[in-house]
Amino acid sequence: MFKMTRNILLNLVGPRATRRHPYVVRPPFENSRGEPVNDMEKCTLCGTCAVKCPSQCILVDKPNATWRFDPYACITCGVCTESCPSGSLRQRNGYRSPVCEMVPVLLRGRIKEGKPKAADQVS
Amino acid sequence: MQGEVIPVNVETVLGEAARAKAEGWRLVTMTCVELDAASVDLLYHFDRDFELKHLRLTASKDALVPSISPLFFAAFLVENEIQDLFGVRFHGLVIDYGRTLYLGEDVKEAPFCRYVVNDSGDQG
Amino acid sequence: MRQAIIPFGPQHPVFPEPVHLQLKVEDEVIREAIPAFGYVHRGLESLVSIRDLHQMVHVVERICGICSMIHALCYCQGMEELMGVEAPPRARFLRVIWSELHRIHSHLLWLGLFADSFGFESLFMELWKIREKVLDIQEATAGNRIIVSVNVIGGVRRDLDLSQRKAMLDDLQEVEQAVRSVSGVLLTDYTVSRRTVGKGVVTGEQARELGVVGPVLRASGIRQDSRMLGYAAFNELELEPVVETDGDCHARCRVRLREVFQSIDLIRQAVSRIPEGELSVKVRGKPEGEAVARVEQPRGEVFYYLKANGTKNLDRLRVRTPTFANIPALVVMLPGMWLSDVPVVVLSIDPCISCTER
Repeated sequence: MFKMTRNILLNLVGPRATRRHPYVVRPPFENSRGEPVNDMEKCTLCGTCAVKCPSQCILVDKPNATWRFDPYACITCGVCTESCPSGSLRQRNGYRSPVCEMVPVLLRGRIKEGKPKAADQVS
Repeated sequence: MQGEVIPVNVETVLGEAARAKAEGWRLVTMTCVELDAASVDLLYHFDRDFELKHLRLTASKDALVPSISPLFFAAFLVENEIQDLFGVRFHGLVIDYGRTLYLGEDVKEAPFCRYVVNDSGDQG
Repeated sequence: MRQAIIPFGPQHPVFPEPVHLQLKVEDEVIREAIPAFGYVHRGLESLVSIRDLHQMVHVVERICGICSMIHALCYCQGMEELMGVEAPPRARFLRVIWSELHRIHSHLLWLGLFADSFGFESLFMELWKIREKVLDIQEATAGNRIIVSVNVIGGVRRDLDLSQRKAMLDDLQEVEQAVRSVSGVLLTDYTVSRRTVGKGVVTGEQARELGVVGPVLRASGIRQDSRMLGYAAFNELELEPVVETDGDCHARCRVRLREVFQSIDLIRQAVSRIPEGELSVKVRGKPEGEAVARVEQPRGEVFYYLKANGTKNLDRLRVRTPTFANIPALVVMLPGMWLSDVPVVVLSIDPCISCTER
């Protein structure tokens, strides 16, 4: 009948089972997922990340060279990072801390000069 | 799709279900697929010793389909869900929620039906 | 003898998710029980028209917050059948490892809730403390605690190298010792037995007729486990379904407790036999046709029906989760019980209503 008594006594005299967060913070694991971060120097504004995102939180505007990201719709799945052909997207380690105001991320890039198309060369 | 698919219609579905029950098949679930604006496909999935068997019933959306819940008690929940979401009516249900399982009492349209025929005859 | 109708409502401290039972009670004894749900219906099946095939993996993972990886596994298996690809052997073993980790954490969650349903809060806290170790393993290897997002159509996205596998086995050794030290309470304690033995009995015949699945079926003496179908790498591992014959709440508790140990053993087997190889195959083209996939979730057999019509969106996705098959059994289990037994009996089928209503 008193089988739990040993556990209860050990819990009373033993160390704490919980961490005293926020005074003691556990660093995130190496593989923990976080939000994507875009390096606009390498970004070619191809739009692959916007097409593949399951929650449609990335908007790429190629004519105006902007990359708009809504961090509060992001599910940190990592599909954008894996499918980025230029390697400009990188996933942060660990989730962000709570905020008081929801502000989307708007980054400006450079429209790169593309290779001349075959039609232009022939004429 | 693995398993044998047997086509049935509104008259023969109870007979086929009774035969499945007598042979020891267990009802896994029922699926409703909307084919076009007027008809739906009702699939009955059965399992026995990890082998699958399906019955396919193609009916129009306003047909009255006989319920198999007197034979397979567990079917009452699935048939009520199909009534709510697709608008197909079943008669002879053991417990009938009358389209209020998921929907409110004043909801008339079927949420999972994508084809709606409006008065001008367009299909969208 | 007067009858009263008591709404055993959607909000009840013992339920993890809202389900409504209309109980007809005569002097504390239940005469009839009619279930109703629909409080968390999200209509996820209708998202197939908006999200394409690969994005649907992420939608399907979020149907349930406990068995999420196994939903994605079933969807990916169905899609792989439709598109005619086969996941490589290493991916199949990795899928087994993460599925069994999910099963351990789900059963520990249920054991804790079960203890809480008859008021044994300290046991509830002990079991959830052990469960935290399993969630830490999942976060360290796959990136998230529960919605691990490792499945893609054609394989897996993350790998487990040697050091991760060794750390996982060490942690699982601690989990096993901790569960063994607490299992004596669940199995032989006098108060636990008084609340659970003989309650909510489902005989083998009734179980077969009602079509129940999972531990509820195996606790009634029927030896059926969808892992015996041999999907993922289960046909290469030694697996014996855990069966008990009493059919009451205590038998279901014993089945799930023994399955925790069985899952730890399966992970050890998978880690020792995992072959080298690639993680996923490239999937191209658009699917067409119908496919059916079945997988064993912690609560039972989940059934997926997929219909594709040659475009990048599926035509229809139908999910039948195990709790959907177990709820009609409540209509048979509850009459004859006392009103105070209702929480214990309802929790013993492991209701996961967010799975049921999608």
